Amino acid sequence: MTAPLPRWADLVLIPALNLLLAFLVAGLVVVFIGEDPVEAVRLLLVGSLGSSYGIGFTLYYATTFVFTGLSVAIAYHAGLFNIGSEGQAALGGIGVTLVCLAVPWPYWWLALPFAILGAGAFGAAWAFLPGYLQAKRGSHVVITTIMFNFIASALVVYLLVNVLKAPGMAPETRNFPEGTFLPFMHEILAVFGIRMSRTPMNFTALLALAAAFLTWVLIWRTRLGYEMRAFGHSEPAAVYAGIDPVRITIVAMLISGAMAGMMALNVVMGFQHRLVLDYVGGAGFVGIAVSLMGRSHPFGVVLAAILFGILYQGGAELAFDMPSISRDMIVVIQALVILFTGALENLVRAPVERAFLRRRRKAA
Amino acid sequence: MDFATVLQLAGSSLRLATPLLLACLAGLYSERAGIFDIGLEGKMLAAAFAAAAFAAITGSVWIGLLAGIAASSALSLIHGVASITLKGNQLISGVAINFLAAGLTALVGQNWFGLGGQTPQLGPGQRFLAIEWPLADALLPVPVIGPIYRHLISGHNILVYLALLAVPATWWILYRTRFGLRLRAVGENPAAVDTAGISVVRLRYAAVMIAGLLCGIAGAYLSTGMAAGFVREMTAGKGFIALAALIFAKWRPWPALGACLLFGALEAIGIRYQAITIPGLGVVPVQFMQALPYILTVVILAGFVGKAVPPRAGGRPYVKER
Amino acid sequence: MAAGGGDAPPAIELAGISKSFGPVQANRDIDLAVRRGTIHGIVGENGAGKSTLMSILYGFYQADAGEIRIDGRPTPIPDSQAAIRAGIGMVHQHFMLVEPFTVLENVILGAEEGPLLRPSLAKARAELKRLEEEYELDVDPDAVVGELSVGLQQRVEILKALYRECDILILDEPTGVLTPAEADHLFRILRSLKAQGKTIVLITHKLREIMAITDAVSVMRRGEMVRTLATADTSPAELAELMVGRRVLLRVEKTPATPGRVVLAVENLSLTDDKGVARLKGVSFALRAGEILGVAGVAGNGQSELLDVLAGIRPATGGTVRLDGQPLDLGHSTNGDERRAARVAHVPEDRRRRGLVMPFAEWENACLGYQGEERFEGPAFTLDRTAMRDAARASIERFDIRPPSCDLVTASFSGGNQQKIVLAREMERDPEVLLVGQPTRGVDIGAIEFIHNEILALRDRGKAILLVSVELDEIQALSDRIIVMFDGRISGERIAGETDERELGLLMTGIEPGTRAA
Repeated sequence: MTAPLPRWADLVLIPALNLLLAFLVAGLVVVFIGEDPVEAVRLLLVGSLGSSYGIGFTLYYATTFVFTGLSVAIAYHAGLFNIGSEGQAALGGIGVTLVCLAVPWPYWWLALPFAILGAGAFGAAWAFLPGYLQAKRGSHVVITTIMFNFIASALVVYLLVNVLKAPGMAPETRNFPEGTFLPFMHEILAVFGIRMSRTPMNFTALLALAAAFLTWVLIWRTRLGYEMRAFGHSEPAAVYAGIDPVRITIVAMLISGAMAGMMALNVVMGFQHRLVLDYVGGAGFVGIAVSLMGRSHPFGVVLAAILFGILYQGGAELAFDMPSISRDMIVVIQALVILFTGALENLVRAPVERAFLRRRRKAA
Repeated sequence: MDFATVLQLAGSSLRLATPLLLACLAGLYSERAGIFDIGLEGKMLAAAFAAAAFAAITGSVWIGLLAGIAASSALSLIHGVASITLKGNQLISGVAINFLAAGLTALVGQNWFGLGGQTPQLGPGQRFLAIEWPLADALLPVPVIGPIYRHLISGHNILVYLALLAVPATWWILYRTRFGLRLRAVGENPAAVDTAGISVVRLRYAAVMIAGLLCGIAGAYLSTGMAAGFVREMTAGKGFIALAALIFAKWRPWPALGACLLFGALEAIGIRYQAITIPGLGVVPVQFMQALPYILTVVILAGFVGKAVPPRAGGRPYVKER
Repeated sequence: MAAGGGDAPPAIELAGISKSFGPVQANRDIDLAVRRGTIHGIVGENGAGKSTLMSILYGFYQADAGEIRIDGRPTPIPDSQAAIRAGIGMVHQHFMLVEPFTVLENVILGAEEGPLLRPSLAKARAELKRLEEEYELDVDPDAVVGELSVGLQQRVEILKALYRECDILILDEPTGVLTPAEADHLFRILRSLKAQGKTIVLITHKLREIMAITDAVSVMRRGEMVRTLATADTSPAELAELMVGRRVLLRVEKTPATPGRVVLAVENLSLTDDKGVARLKGVSFALRAGEILGVAGVAGNGQSELLDVLAGIRPATGGTVRLDGQPLDLGHSTNGDERRAARVAHVPEDRRRRGLVMPFAEWENACLGYQGEERFEGPAFTLDRTAMRDAARASIERFDIRPPSCDLVTASFSGGNQQKIVLAREMERDPEVLLVGQPTRGVDIGAIEFIHNEILALRDRGKAILLVSVELDEIQALSDRIIVMFDGRISGERIAGETDERELGLLMTGIEPGTRAA
């Protein structure tokens, strides 16, 4: 066994170095396509953080990623790699849509609790079968959730084209009643006399922070979280401790799926006010990068989500100013973050551990 | 449905099954050696782009093929370094590779050609064209055999035949050669291979690089054989269907052929008929046809119809235990 | 060729071998010489560095310093390939076999004749036939290895080494998983190998085997080589003393037991595993209050399954168990909680995998399994961390767990202290029944005494204790009554003071001494 690193090195130093490497390589990609990476970063930061408009968009994206990042993180603590947040989020959109269209809601605060339930229940339902099959039949949850992403996408297309479609050409639902529109952040701030540009950032941002806090309580403070972590580290020890693996696996997947589904509150209920095709747009996959970068800790997830919010918003602005760096650059950076903080983690960890060991030997 | 339609569907199934088959066999080598590969999709996509791009630039489909193989192999190498040398998480590495390919192909494609991520339309010399077998037209009047020979056996490009040949070749390598024995062993118990004096690292790299080669051919087929150029996200989940076929086939070469032909046929039917009416059941929507490979795979994974058990050491990096 | 001429160089010579894993020094400056054509034993406690040393010789690990000489020639062994070239073969403690492969495929793996398999398989088939006749090594070459018994799998391992024409054969704890009859067969094979001029290194911690079969013996302790002796010139007592570094007192101070009511009544318990193998075949016994019932047997004869069923973490397929007259649910693997509620505590055999969650802080493990207790309940589904920490601190003090810090990661405690964490947790609730498996495996001497005394103290408080151990000495020292398990059955029951090792040893092979001894 290797000597454990000090906490700060494990939680800050290594992720920081991994991230640095990812961005270094991303910089090389920018150089390769013939642009100035320093200028690109400047444009990216100005575009995302340089105005209340940019910040609003950045935090709007970040809100979505907090939900999908928490989704991946929660499953991860129970030893499950849920790649299915994308599909679960897609189903969450259906849930929100059904709630919003079923009743002529008079007030958003009346509709919201039901929308949360709808989003959560549909997302959880889509995670149930992979969880159940993993727990009961040993079917690898990674593979089943991949399959379920594709099945979800086919299902949502079918529903939008054949069942929920509004009259017209586009496969999308009719608009939600106005009584379901969540207040935008610029509207909320206006109440307090703070001026902000009109952006899609909405009330859901506060829900995301609450979700992160509740996730922290769940994982580190509750008995269920304790049992999830015990199971995630060692299944035999969990069984010994009277923890039912079937129950924990299914419950973890349900919570994870519900969390993914709730991203629909931000996008569908908070901004688009109707369900459009492919509204998730890869946010579920961004959640993987966010969770890895945040080391599956809710606080880390929030920080990582904001970073990806910056990339999404700044990337859009950057693509406008430097057309040769299209928004696909974000996907590249996302891939590099997953690669360096996830798969290539030992590239940094092993040398750092050796360095600490040497220092400790010298001290001894 | 008349005989001609059946033949057309069969030929189209075969052409659609080809990239699945190549990618599926790629996954077979990798996973039989104990390295999970959910990055088949990304490797195929990168190869499809590189093949079309270089075929367009150089005018040679063969240089395109080589470029496709090189691109796919480069990603394989990353996967190898991550999962073999650095003992990282193979699933996470696969996810990263898929995104890397999706992002880079679009980014570089736009940068090179400025066509919104597409490559220019490829001309005849820049593509793999169908090969007419001798006497195909002369034998056409012969009942049954003639049309089968003309429409099903003859008239595909060389990569289709290559993919079909890869099946017996893979079977032979796996079960009749020293390399195959060691490959299967390292996926089941790498420690046994190590103590027998064989390098686990070298074997696993070999397997991963073969996967790179086959995915490279699969990608090149997509953009220079089946289509006449690259478009964004042109793999559209084919890498995952290949993965599904691999599980469906329980990691064996001949069943892999069967699974890929089945999934190819499903796609062919889905393309030809937007909705299928089954008497007594009603209309089957096209989306259901598209989802069917994935649904079938989940059923197989669940073990309700013959449980699929992956190679025992699959997914875990080899660490000498203390 | 005469075995071991007086001035011939040793078959194996190790000079100044050192090896460390991170901060742990596993081997320190080790010298060793093994004469050609002899059986050389290496003994030492768990963790003394025996297996590491032999793995270095086999090229599985690389030494940090030192030299290996084979037949007098300096021979660097960077990998297993080099070891095989130098004529060294090794039978590892955990077999290095590919289970879905046939015997033949396992034998040729790595020693194939050419790129194609067919000629290799043909050659191996002929060679196996020859080896079978020469050394009593009969195994069906076409059998699938995963379906063979452990004893036969070991034979495949030996065949693998012989097929590679090894001159030196290393065996790491080869009898741990064997029945005495299988072990005897193995020793016959080793003797005939020796007669053929092969050199054999036998790693074991069983002194009886050393005395029975070796020509010379080397003793290791805490990573160092203590001494090498001719077996004829030494005794088990001397070896034991060298192994632990001071005179051992395995006799525990113990008052006679005063057994009371029957607490646990086990009747006709049976268990068939997923592969259809019967692991328990109608086991019946009664456990009384105030006694220690020892379960002896070679590992793998159903003791682990018995413990798991009683602890509620593995379902039985037949039979009943009554706790104070109340039948227990035996149908699930998730009854651990129920057992705890019924005051049945369980110290599992494998503490690293099962008894503890290694990345958890000590205080989190100090309540593992008891996380649902009322006193740990905080508001709104939360756990009361202060109460949990306080409880952990109390048990650290009471059981002298070191270092005395409940916030440390469990993995950073030593084996003995980890075991104390588990014992403290299971004992401090004063259970009516304590199921304890291998309580001192991998535990240092000082802690062994402490643990034994704690178990006895619990008995003297009138509790019922079921002790499973593969260490016969431990069973004999602690138990009041002993049942012996063989092949999923109880092959005999004895009063501890009225039996001896010979009799127990026979029972462990399934032979009832009364019926055979003429």
